Order: sequence, then structure tokens, then C-alpha cells
Amino acid sequence: MSSSPAGGSGAPGERVGEPLVEVEDLEVHFPAGGRRDRRVVRAVDGVSFTLARGETFGLVGESGCGKSTTGLALLRLVEPTAGRVHFDGTDVRGLSRRDLRAWRRRAGMIFQDPYASLDPRLPVGEIVGEALDIHDLHQGKQARRARIAELLERVGLAAAAADRYPHEFSGGQRQRVGIARALAGEPDFLVCDEPIAALDVSIQAQVMNLLAELQRDLGLTYLFIAHDLAAVQHVSDRIAVMYLGRIVELADRATLYRSPQHPYTRALLSAIPVPDPVRERQRERVPLVGDVPTPLDPPSGCRFRTRCPEVFEACGRVDPVLQPVGPGREGGGALPDVGSDPRAQGHLAACLLHGETGRPVERSDHRDAREAAPAG
Amino acid sequence: MSDTTLQQPSTRSRSRGAETWSALLSNKLAAAGLVVLVLLVLAAVFADVIAPYGYTDSDLTRRLQPPSASYWFGTDELGRDVLSRVIHGARVSLQVGAVAVGISLVLGTTIGLVAGYRGGWIDAVLMRAMDILFSFPVVLLAIAIVAVLSPSLVNTMIAIGIVFTPIFARVVRGSVLSVREEVYVRAARSLGASDLRILGRHVLPNVAAPIIVQTSLSLAFAILTEAALSYLGIGVQPPRPAWGLMLLDAQGFIPTGAWWMSIFPGLAIFLTVMALNLVGDGLRDALDPRQRSVIQARGAEA
Ligand SMILES: Nc1ncnc2c1ncn2[C@@H]1O[C@H](COP(=O)(O)OP(=O)(O)O)[C@@H](O)[C@H]1O
Ligand code: SF4
Ligand SMILES: [Mg+2]
Repeated sequence: MSSSPAGGSGAPGERVGEPLVEVEDLEVHFPAGGRRDRRVVRAVDGVSFTLARGETFGLVGESGCGKSTTGLALLRLVEPTAGRVHFDGTDVRGLSRRDLRAWRRRAGMIFQDPYASLDPRLPVGEIVGEALDIHDLHQGKQARRARIAELLERVGLAAAAADRYPHEFSGGQRQRVGIARALAGEPDFLVCDEPIAALDVSIQAQVMNLLAELQRDLGLTYLFIAHDLAAVQHVSDRIAVMYLGRIVELADRATLYRSPQHPYTRALLSAIPVPDPVRERQRERVPLVGDVPTPLDPPSGCRFRTRCPEVFEACGRVDPVLQPVGPGREGGGALPDVGSDPRAQGHLAACLLHGETGRPVERSDHRDAREAAPAG
Repeated sequence: MSDTTLQQPSTRSRSRGAETWSALLSNKLAAAGLVVLVLLVLAAVFADVIAPYGYTDSDLTRRLQPPSASYWFGTDELGRDVLSRVIHGARVSLQVGAVAVGISLVLGTTIGLVAGYRGGWIDAVLMRAMDILFSFPVVLLAIAIVAVLSPSLVNTMIAIGIVFTPIFARVVRGSVLSVREEVYVRAARSLGASDLRILGRHVLPNVAAPIIVQTSLSLAFAILTEAALSYLGIGVQPPRPAWGLMLLDAQGFIPTGAWWMSIFPGLAIFLTVMALNLVGDGLRDALDPRQRSVIQARGAEA
């Protein structure tokens, strides 16, 4: 048992492909802040996706679009306002405080900022060993120490790191400590919230490789959050693109990069430089103009319409939903038979260019919509 | 250099307590403060042995004598030895300081932790209660509490403890409000840590610095508050000596030129407060792993 730093349930690969995390219509609304202000920040506003066991699911979007909040809410580190979250058949939102704490062993998080995420007062060994104490694992002085050493070595640190304090380590090393901490409870699932965004470019690849290696060896499932498509290009099986609290496109990696169907995805893709200088010069760029609107008051209809280069009349009138798109799918059509493997969901996008499928905007909203619409 | 190599091989094998202690002692000012405090406590405990005279022994033929070979600190208006009274006074003053501040430290820290961490109506109720306590003048409130509890030295300590509670509660709550938002607190929760565990293991150690500073400040104020209460006739009853009381009594004799009556108890208070602040600052640094590294590095250079 103790030879595998994170056993998960069953051998890796056994149930690969089955749904592990199912998120449906997840909403997280925060109070706007002002005492009299009754508006809400629609940080996450109706997000659905399913993660297959063993896959890496990329969640991409500009800063502030609700990626972190989505990850935190499905771990109940932030309470969702509405929606369903199921983990391996368990209704996560229905768990009692006690059961929730016990469940946390199976689903963890790796945080963006390796400086802020480690308690400066505790030696690394105590940080990594905290989950052992909470869940009563490997107790006894010897066993505990051995397990902490094993975890540290698993993430590429010396066992002697246990006696040192976070401030004695570099950013990359600290992030490794954060990873070891997350592995201690032998989880099945990790939310990786931009785990390399704050690191030196020179060590980003090392940490990415470590995460890939751990996934392979331990059969982990990742929700991998990033703010640009370049960061998830090489690691994700499937990718969801988020904009203002919603998923606007979802596809497997190859399809998304080969034939993006949402104007926002195209804009994000065109921002990735190509290594080949000839192709780089010929590359078509779709500049994103303007700022992201505030999630306090998102545009009616399509939320992207204030910045969309292809905006047309219907965009202020209908709020598009995710619909099947891609070759042979224009105009909608039935979803393919997904069986038990959520990865067979196909290619989805929320854009009216693929058919006016969505919720009509109410009249009062519509008036605001026209006022907010860009001139021309 | 590879990301995975440590800067230096680890040579550390001591416990965290031992590390804190050695960091505290390697800070020269803190070590000096500690020595002074130990001496003061010893003086208080062994006052009967150390003091050359009893604190009530009076020789009316030798009233208001300036310092001399037989009376190092001079004598007071009743011909009592000021040195002996200062030594005996350490008992009451240190006791009042320690017990009163101990009470406000425990009460105030608990209230501040709960209010800051839980927020909402619990925070509102607790802090409103603290604001009301805080709005009374310190001595007036202490008098009221002593009046309710009946005057005695113990009740004086309790009263001072209650009076100083809101300051601790405020200081702690303010720090908790920012620490509870830290990512490492969220990380602990993501592992399944209970609120109690988060408070004890992550929040409290990270708000220790302002608590320590407030503790050494409050000890000084507690000694002075006790003096004021004793002067008003509650608290220590004459002829038992206490520094604050001696200081206040001596005021009336300053015009007669009997400076020794006030200088020496004043000096005792000053020395205690100074020593406490040095130890407090040293402890604050020694408890902080980052500061500890700095201290150790300095020690290695020297
Ligand atoms: N605790 C909070 N209270 C109020 N607003 C919040 C809170 N957390 C996040 N937000 C807001 O929700 C939106 C989404 O935030 P976040 O999920 O952190 O975005 P991302 O991770 O994609 O950068 C932002 O507008 C942010 O300001
Ligand atoms: S629905 Fe309209 S505004 Fe929205 S992405 Fe499609 S074309 Fe652009
Ligand atoms: Mg984020």
C-alpha cells in the first residue's frame, strides 16, 4: 500500500473513461459588495461539464471569467448558489459538514500562487503531513515521517526538505510542496488552478512534466485551469473555453485547435504565436477589442457580443446555449450516443451562427441590450 | 541549477521549540530583557530574604533620609526603607501585571478569533459588546467592576483583565480578518481541516505577532492601572507596597526634595516595561521562521 503515494480507488486504468465529476448548471453569485447594492457578481452563471476518470480537462478563459470560482465551487471551497455537482455518484452539495471533510481526501486542489498557498509558519513536513493527521493516515512518528519523505521524493524534493520552511525554497520548489500536500490524502481528482502561471518560464515545463507523470502513475483526473490556450495545448484531453461565467465552447483538444467554432475561441487561438517564423508571419490574427464587461451586469443575449467581430442582429435577442457544432452539424442535431464515456459528448459551442438555439431575451432586457450594443 | 536541488544541505535536526528558544537567546537585547525579568521575578519570590528590612519596619527618627550606605534607596515619610519596599512591591506589581494581562489575553484572543473568523452576526454582537466596554474610561470601569465584585487584590486583577480585553479582541480580530482570507487557509480547508484545526494551527500562529506586541504594552498599563486603583483605595491596601502606589504616594514629597521616593519605584516600572518589550520583540521575531533565518545568518557571520 504505502509504496504508492496516491492509490486512488482501484488500480489506475480500471475505470478510466467513466464519469467522475459531473457538473450541471453550476452557479456562483457573489453579493456585489455595497450594503445597499442588491446586484450580484455572476462569477459562474450556469456551467455544465462532465469529467471522465483519468482525463485532463482544460478550462480556459481570460482573467476574471470565473475559472477559479468554478474549481472552488465544485470542491465546495466556495458554496455554489445553484446547480448540481456529483463526484463518483455522490451528491457533493448534499454532504454534511462531517462527510464533506471526509470526502475532501478524494478531491484536492493545487493553487496558482506558490508563495501565498503555503503557511509561512510551518515547516514543509508539517504542511505536507497535514492531510495525514486530518484523515488519520500513516500515524505514528516513524510511519508519518516516512510517508512525508516519500511524498516529497515523489514530487522531486529531498526528504530533508521536511525540516525547512517555505521561505527557504524557490517558487518551483514551493509548487512541488503544494503538489505533495495535495497528494497526501491519495486523491482521485485535483483541480489545478493555473499551477504554473506564477512560475519562471524555465521551470514551468518541469512542473508540467511532474503533473503529467503523477497523472499517469496514480490515475489522477485533472481539472486544469489556464488563462490562455497555449498553456493547455499539450496537456488536455478536452478543453472548455469560458467567457463571463459561461462555457462557450467545449471540444477535444485536436478538434478545438483544428476547427474552433466560437468567435471567442478563434480570437484566443489567434493570439498563440506559432514557432515556425513563416507560418507565424502568415498567421491570421483576430484581435479582441474592448474590455470584458463586468459580471455584475453581463450583456443580454450573447455575452460576447460587445466584443464579437461577427456580431449580428440575433445576438442581442437570443442567449445562445451550447449546441453540437462542427462538420456536418450546422443547424443543430441530436447529440451522439455518449454511453458512459463523457468524452464522447462531441463538439459544442454557444454561438448563434450555428443556429438560433437559446433563450429569447425578455423585452425589458432587450431594451438595455440595444443601448449596450456597439455602434454599427 | 535544477529546480529540485536545495540551496544547502539541511543540517537541522532540532525541534521547533528549541529553534525558537535559541533564536530568542541569540538576540542580545531580548536575552538582556530576559535576564532582567528573571531577576525581578526572583526578587519578588525571595523578597523576604533579599530585602534588608521588612516593608513595614519604620524608624521615625530616620524619616525622608536620602540614599546612604544603610538605606541605598533612602527612606520614606515614615522612615521605611525604600529599597525593601521596592523589592516587596515587585510581588504585587508583577502578579497584577501577569494575572490581569493573562485574563485579557485569553479572553480577548478568544473573542477576537471567533469574531474575525466567523464574521456575520456573531462578529457584530461580540464586537459591539467590546466597543461598549472600550468606551468607558479604564479606571472608572475598573472601579465599577471592583465595586460589584467587592474590593480585593484578586478582584482588582480580574477587573483590570476585563478592562483590557477589548483591546486584545480588536487587535486579534483585525489580524484574523486578513489571515482567514489567505490561500493557505483555503488550502487547509481543501484537505478537510476543521474550523478548530484551522484556527489553532494556521490562524493563531499567524496573528501571534500583534498579540505579543499588545501583551507587552498591556503589562505596563496594567501595572499603572493597578497603581491608580490602589491610590483610590481599592486594590492593594497599605501598608503593603506596590510600585505604582509608591510612585503616587511619593508625588506629595517631590516639593520637599525627596526625589528618591519616586525615582526608584518609577525606575522599577520602567525597567520591567523595558525588559518586557525587549523580550516581546525578540519572541515575535524568534517565532517567525523568516526572521529566524535572518537571526541565524547574522549569528553565522559574527
Ligand atoms: N469572493 C468573491 N466575492 C466577490 N466577487 C468575487 C469573489 N471571488 C471572485 N469574484 C469575482 O468573480 C469573478 C470571477 O473570478 P475568478 O473565478 O477568480 O476568475 P478567474 O479565475 O477566471 O480569473 C471576478 O469578477 C471576480 O472579481
Ligand atoms: S452569438 Fe453572435 S455575438 Fe455571440 S459569438 Fe456568436 S456571433 Fe458573436
Ligand atoms: Mg483564477
